[in-house]
Amino acid sequence: MARARITAALALAATAASLVLGACAPREDAGNNAANQPQSDAPAEPENAHKPEGDGNAKCSNVAIAYAGTINGENAALGQNILNGVKLAVKKHNDANPDCQVELKEYDTEGVPERAPGIVTQMVNDEQIVGVVGLPFSGESKAAGNIFDKGGLPQISPSATNPTLSQNGWKTFFRGLGNDNAQGPAAAKFLTDNLGAEKVCVVQDDSEYGIGLASEVKKALGDKVVCDEKVKTKQKEFSAVVQNIKAAQPDAVYYSGYYQEAAPFAQQLYDAGVETQLVGPDGVKDDEYVKGAGDAAAETFFTCPCVPGEGFTKFAGEYRKMFDKDPGTYSVEGYDAATVLLTGIDAGNTDRKKMLEWIKNYDAQGLSNKLGWDENGELAETPTVWTYKVENGKIVRNVEIK
Amino acid sequence: MISSAQYLAQDSEPWINTDTFINLFWANTIGGLEYGSIYALVALGYTLVYGVLKLLNFAHSEVFIYGAYATWFTFFLLGFRPGPTPELPVGELIAYLVLAVIVAMLVSGTTALVLERVAYRPLRNRGAPRLAFLITAIGASLILQQILFLWRGSNPEQAIRLLRPETLFNVGSASVQNLTVIIVVASVLMWIVADTFVNRTRFGRGIRAVAQDPDTAMLMGVNKERIIMLTFVVGGLLAGAAAVFYMMKIPQGAQYNGGFLLGLKAFAAAVLGGIGNLRGALLGGLLLGIIENHGQALFGGEWRDVVAFVVLVLVLMFRPTGILGESLGKARV
Repeated sequence: MARARITAALALAATAASLVLGACAPREDAGNNAANQPQSDAPAEPENAHKPEGDGNAKCSNVAIAYAGTINGENAALGQNILNGVKLAVKKHNDANPDCQVELKEYDTEGVPERAPGIVTQMVNDEQIVGVVGLPFSGESKAAGNIFDKGGLPQISPSATNPTLSQNGWKTFFRGLGNDNAQGPAAAKFLTDNLGAEKVCVVQDDSEYGIGLASEVKKALGDKVVCDEKVKTKQKEFSAVVQNIKAAQPDAVYYSGYYQEAAPFAQQLYDAGVETQLVGPDGVKDDEYVKGAGDAAAETFFTCPCVPGEGFTKFAGEYRKMFDKDPGTYSVEGYDAATVLLTGIDAGNTDRKKMLEWIKNYDAQGLSNKLGWDENGELAETPTVWTYKVENGKIVRNVEIK
Repeated sequence: MISSAQYLAQDSEPWINTDTFINLFWANTIGGLEYGSIYALVALGYTLVYGVLKLLNFAHSEVFIYGAYATWFTFFLLGFRPGPTPELPVGELIAYLVLAVIVAMLVSGTTALVLERVAYRPLRNRGAPRLAFLITAIGASLILQQILFLWRGSNPEQAIRLLRPETLFNVGSASVQNLTVIIVVASVLMWIVADTFVNRTRFGRGIRAVAQDPDTAMLMGVNKERIIMLTFVVGGLLAGAAAVFYMMKIPQGAQYNGGFLLGLKAFAAAVLGGIGNLRGALLGGLLLGIIENHGQALFGGEWRDVVAFVVLVLVLMFRPTGILGESLGKARV
């Protein structure tokens, strides 16, 4: 065996030597035409925002809320951001209210649509749970929404953005952020107005979210879409798609999907020498993408119907203290959703029916958005969409799209 | 939703895209060869074990992914961190890559060996039916995956890479990158070493003898248990090398379940070429890589897997033993 190994090593060494010689010149940096745009000011923490701790005199017993979504599964970082936001809200509530200790139950759907119905059924059967923060992803939300509805268990999704989710007649579905009917056109506006793109390639994965968002973006871009590529979740090799994009010579590429595929895609696009501007949505906007995409990450922009939390110094400080890291995408939204449920419990809504009424009639400023819902469970006041960029290996706010 | 449906209807493209196929023929062929050679190296492991034991070793995809983790840890322990690709002197780069190949081969080889001794040997000693082996293989695959999951979590390891792809020369309108040439040439060389080992050495003769007729081979003084161990180790070593090439191409590849899909494809490649046949594994791997890319050019990216498997089914309809047929167990002059 030693022989085989040594021969192999020598073989590799010989080929490598013959090829790498002279190939180490640094690559010219692709022009980053939007990098010089002035950053929008970060919104400050709204002073009148609702607070999970309430007045500290709440009384309740044997009541729980739940988080359901990916914790250790696909694209886990997106779910953990939300869960941490929820944990922070529950901790603040329970610390302030000794007579009302709300239990937080965690359910891991692994982000897989096939797993969600079973887990939601478990939650529906657990009478203690009066409200749920989740589900984070659109695919699983679609798969399990009718089970929430039948069980009368209210759910506030802090991140599922597929527009059709609110059109199923589910009485228990509430969305704590803008949907892709807002993000799609905003992304198109950013691509054409801010980046000046005349030709755009839209790449979509095969998730409910990726397909829905891509269709909104394409609708808004109209004939500026020069190529329309499809990839699969869990795909890691993209040479055929990259070649198609290279041939289309677009000014910008919009990747409609999640970070797990976006990172290798971005790197392979960059390595193939395609000079274009990559933009990803909220599903890509995570530190895991920046760590995964290597050289390509620095030149990526993101769109997200989420509010930059770095101006929320109090929230960010408490979050850092509890989890030893910065709040991520949708941490604020998760915190807000949990706060709606916790204040509901404090107001005496300790069964599902009352909780549902509480959410329907809710009207208060959250940290992220003004929270109050229309009859379909969409936010009554359309929230803004922000763009983000990568600076020194961190995702920072770019501009607000109005 | 209605409006988006209308939009899609207006935009209906032809279902088959021959222009793209022709224009990108060379680019997609080169890309396919690159990924296909990784398939081929992994396929060798399936083929060898199948040839000797008639066992579909589904845990081979995990043997591969352990090699990918070994590669990542080698880079990490050498002091490289995620972020921009470093500019390394050529000598240093080669030394690091060779080191990674050695470490990954050792880790994958050891994993394969442990797998054989812990999971399969006890079954063999008890004369378990073939179905028990198959279920054990699937179980072992899950266990190996979950060990990685418990240890490293579900996110991929952050990308570390030592060599930035650069264009070397052009074929037609397509550019060929240094990484592509390294992966293809090194994989073919590895395959030549493996083929020579099986067909020209004493150990290889043992492997072929056991594949052909285990009982007679034992009567002739071949130590069957040792040959089986050797077969697993050779398959593991090749998977380890494949893992390094894979990590050079896809630095985000070290993920606990990242071997599954690639393993499935490599298995398909082995069947396509003729399972139990070393040449078949090489041919099948390269073909599958190329077919996948051209299938995407013709029908769109969502058809990637469908095209590959339809071709597999078609080939098996006309040649049930694969393109080159089963041969490890056949006597050859």
